[in-house]
Amino acid sequence: MKIWIKYGVMFICLVLAQIVILNQVQLGGYINPYIYVLFILLLPVSLPQYAVVLLAFLIGFIVDVFSDSPGMHASASVFMAFIRPYVFDFFSAREMDKNDYPGLKQYGFRWFLYYSGSLIFAHHLFYFSVEVFTFHGFYLTLFRTFLSTFFSLFIVVLSQYIFFRD
Amino acid sequence: MNSLFKFFAKHHVIFLFLFLETISMVLLFNYNNYQKVSFFNSSNRISGSINKSFKSVADYFRLSTVNEILARQNASLRNQVEQLKQQVAEKQLPFIVNDSTGHAYLSRPAKVINNSVSKQYNYITLDKGRKDGIRADQGIISSDGGVVGVVLSVSDSYSTVISLLNKRLNISAKLKRNNYFGSITWEGRDFRYVRLNEIPFHISLNVGDTVVTSGFSTYFPEGMMIGTIEDYKQTGGENFYVISVRLTADFKSLSFVEAIENKSRIEIEMLEKTNLDIENLD
Repeated sequence: MKIWIKYGVMFICLVLAQIVILNQVQLGGYINPYIYVLFILLLPVSLPQYAVVLLAFLIGFIVDVFSDSPGMHASASVFMAFIRPYVFDFFSAREMDKNDYPGLKQYGFRWFLYYSGSLIFAHHLFYFSVEVFTFHGFYLTLFRTFLSTFFSLFIVVLSQYIFFRD
Repeated sequence: MNSLFKFFAKHHVIFLFLFLETISMVLLFNYNNYQKVSFFNSSNRISGSINKSFKSVADYFRLSTVNEILARQNASLRNQVEQLKQQVAEKQLPFIVNDSTGHAYLSRPAKVINNSVSKQYNYITLDKGRKDGIRADQGIISSDGGVVGVVLSVSDSYSTVISLLNKRLNISAKLKRNNYFGSITWEGRDFRYVRLNEIPFHISLNVGDTVVTSGFSTYFPEGMMIGTIEDYKQTGGENFYVISVRLTADFKSLSFVEAIENKSRIEIEMLEKTNLDIENLD
């Protein structure tokens, strides 16, 4: 019961932070950090995969409604949620003591950086590709992806020291 | 049959994934027929009011800049009034607000409550809607007189505007100096520049030439400021210049705008439609 409240509060806070603050911050016209994906990153490891995918669709859809980008965030976060267990297994050693909460404190800085970095990159690349919807000018898309990934990752890691410690 | 169920059960996550991606794509593609799905965007009541209340906090920090702009605008309007008074006194002009094509236009103020510049398809949300006389297809200009976009969908008290910084918007423009016309599009890169297309090579251009609306479409009156030519070049294989236009409207700090209603729009569109019908009969 307690865990549902915790994730519910996290959901609302992240969506509000995204639409109220970060959607207004558009550095240089290229960078738009998307930190609501942190919710998908931090879902319990033991949560069934179908629930992760459904929750990812829900949060993506809500962000879409507020930022006039129908289906774009929803599809990108569903993709990210789908590849999450594979990325998780890839970076986790077999003998590692697996905590249910994939946070920075529980798994260490390096692991968290790799895990969230690659998932955020996948999400952003998917999002920016769907947004442009052409392979024409692919390097520009890649450029935007790298810049935004850098800023999103920075905020996500920072948040691990301030808000979502356990 | 049994093994089919087993197959679905085993790969349920993949099917769910594909199903949700399909829904997302359907949402994405249906958005092209804008007006239909106006519920799932920022002009619906819930998202509109949330965006509005938070925007008011952000606006507080921008008050001094806005004041300055309004003061400057006041001054220039006062000058215009004085000039017009003089001209009326000298009986040079009839006192009717018409543009040179003879259409009457009416403008209504509105406030921007949501805006973006970094996406490929940017939209703007305004705090005025159907109740305040905003309708789809009205043109939007910024408080400093630059073209901003066209109203896309309206709810009772909010409206969504398709920004000039949106690859789907295409507006008719001309060079003020010699009246050659072309179209304005955005390439999805820098929010300060748009591209002017279809200006042929034989026309001489200068950096700094003014680009204004042509008045051919019913969205904007003739001669609304779009921007100035920043750079132009000739590319091989085409007969048209590639012209980069620096926008007059500052999209990054947009806060007060005006919606322009063309009083004779319906009449013009009816007339143009009858022409099309006649062509179709042949």
